[in-house]
Amino acid sequence: MKPVAFDHVAPVDLAAALDLLAERGTRAAPLAGGQSLVPLLNLRRVRPDVVVDLNHVVGLAGVRVTAGEVRIGAMTRLRVLESHPDVVAALPVLATAASAVAHPHVRTRATLGGSLCHANPAAELPAAAVALDARLVLRHRGGARVVPAAEFFTGPHTTVLAPGELLTEVVVPRVPELRFGFAELARPGGSGYPLVVALLGVAVEGGVVVAARAAAGGVAPTPVRLPGVEAALPGRRCTADDLSAGLATAPVDHAAGHRDAVLRSLLRRITAGLE
Amino acid sequence: MNGTARTARAEPRTSLGEHLRTALGLTGTHLGCEQGDCGACAVLLDGEPVCSCLVLAVQADGCRVETVESLARGDDLGPAQRALLEEHGLQCGFCTPGLLMRMTHARRTGAPASDVLGGHLCRCTGYGGLRAAVERHCAVEARKEDQP
Ligand SMILES: Cc1cc2nc3c(=O)[nH]c(=O)nc-3n(C[C@H](O)[C@H](O)[C@H](O)COP(=O)(O)OP(=O)(O)OC[C@H]3O[C@@H](n4cnc5c(N)ncnc54)[C@H](O)[C@@H]3O)c2cc1C
Ligand code: FES
Ligand code: FES
Repeated sequence: MKPVAFDHVAPVDLAAALDLLAERGTRAAPLAGGQSLVPLLNLRRVRPDVVVDLNHVVGLAGVRVTAGEVRIGAMTRLRVLESHPDVVAALPVLATAASAVAHPHVRTRATLGGSLCHANPAAELPAAAVALDARLVLRHRGGARVVPAAEFFTGPHTTVLAPGELLTEVVVPRVPELRFGFAELARPGGSGYPLVVALLGVAVEGGVVVAARAAAGGVAPTPVRLPGVEAALPGRRCTADDLSAGLATAPVDHAAGHRDAVLRSLLRRITAGLE
Repeated sequence: MNGTARTARAEPRTSLGEHLRTALGLTGTHLGCEQGDCGACAVLLDGEPVCSCLVLAVQADGCRVETVESLARGDDLGPAQRALLEEHGLQCGFCTPGLLMRMTHARRTGAPASDVLGGHLCRCTGYGGLRAAVERHCAVEARKEDQP
């Protein structure tokens, strides 16, 4: 089906984009990779007066690595994220999560920012952002705020973004002592979102886990941290057997029914790789 | 557009795929789901595979677009087309144009055959012939006839 008629504006300057979004409010739709927005336009589920195309805005794409963090522009394409040498070196689990999204011709266009703002509860990158304690830089005309990923998502396809606000940058702290793994249950070939996504990271000293991070998607209305798992692993030896034993008794918050079983098996699969 | 500059006006709401078919008369590209699921509409935009149903025509302004019409030289089929023909990789042909562009891109970039079929739905072949064609095609290194 054809979308409703809309104007298309492609500013090159962030201030111009923010001005336009401030003036048009909910009647304007920011367009990133378009891999979720354009289907919604085609189905007429979204009927904007104006589409504000972010693809030419200078400075919104790219990766910068500093000693303490990795700063990724919202318009960085998943194709770039999955193979960027700095991301692969500093945040390998983020590259892995990006490569698990959809199929190559979707990743050619789809962006990190679009993926977070679309906020599908089972999507890979929102769960990764929560696991990695990312901070999201949100800008509006005349101001900015920084929101932790864990507070950004408020429900399925809803976030704290206000009309007129843009996500411009994702800041991921580097915690090199944490070694992460990623696993998901998805249909092969990248056709559609996974059922459940899991990320688990451990810091190990002398063969013993001293800290753990765990997060999941697809088990709650938003991606969530798994405090029960994070509390159960420290003190365990970093062997697949001992980590699995720790997981077996850990309360896996949120997940119910078969998703609980899927999440536990994904976490076990990750521990085998963390050994 | 397949190596030639083409100019045609598009309403902002027109997808690249629809624009190719209606304004430019290039009906080789097929539109199926218009949601990114079926892959029939895949074309190469500045050399990269995209769903032409999910790119606005106006976004392709000034870009290089390659479609299935670019693959044969006169009556001589291109390598991806020959592979599909020889391995019985098509029946009705609806999914074929998108798949051919993905196969073309895969051989140019050295992507493995296992990367190619994801995102392409075929209602006819049961994928056996398609898989054989993609494997045969990707087993050969890129040569001159693979380039635009
Ligand atoms: C066939 C198919 C399979 C897919 N499979 C998966 C999958 O397995 N896993 C997965 O995670 N995703 C999947 N996707 C979704 C794809 O990854 C999304 O398109 C992507 O997550 C959204 O990114 P985008 O850049 O395309 O955003 P767009 O579609 O352009 O935008 C999405 C939404 O976010 C808003 N927005 C975008 N950027 C910003 C910004 N910077 N600031 C404020 N608002 C913004 C838009 O207004 C829109 O509401 C699939 C898509 C398709 C078509
Ligand atoms: S028509 Fe574009 S993917 Fe189906
Ligand atoms: S040949 Fe008919 S859909 Fe593939």
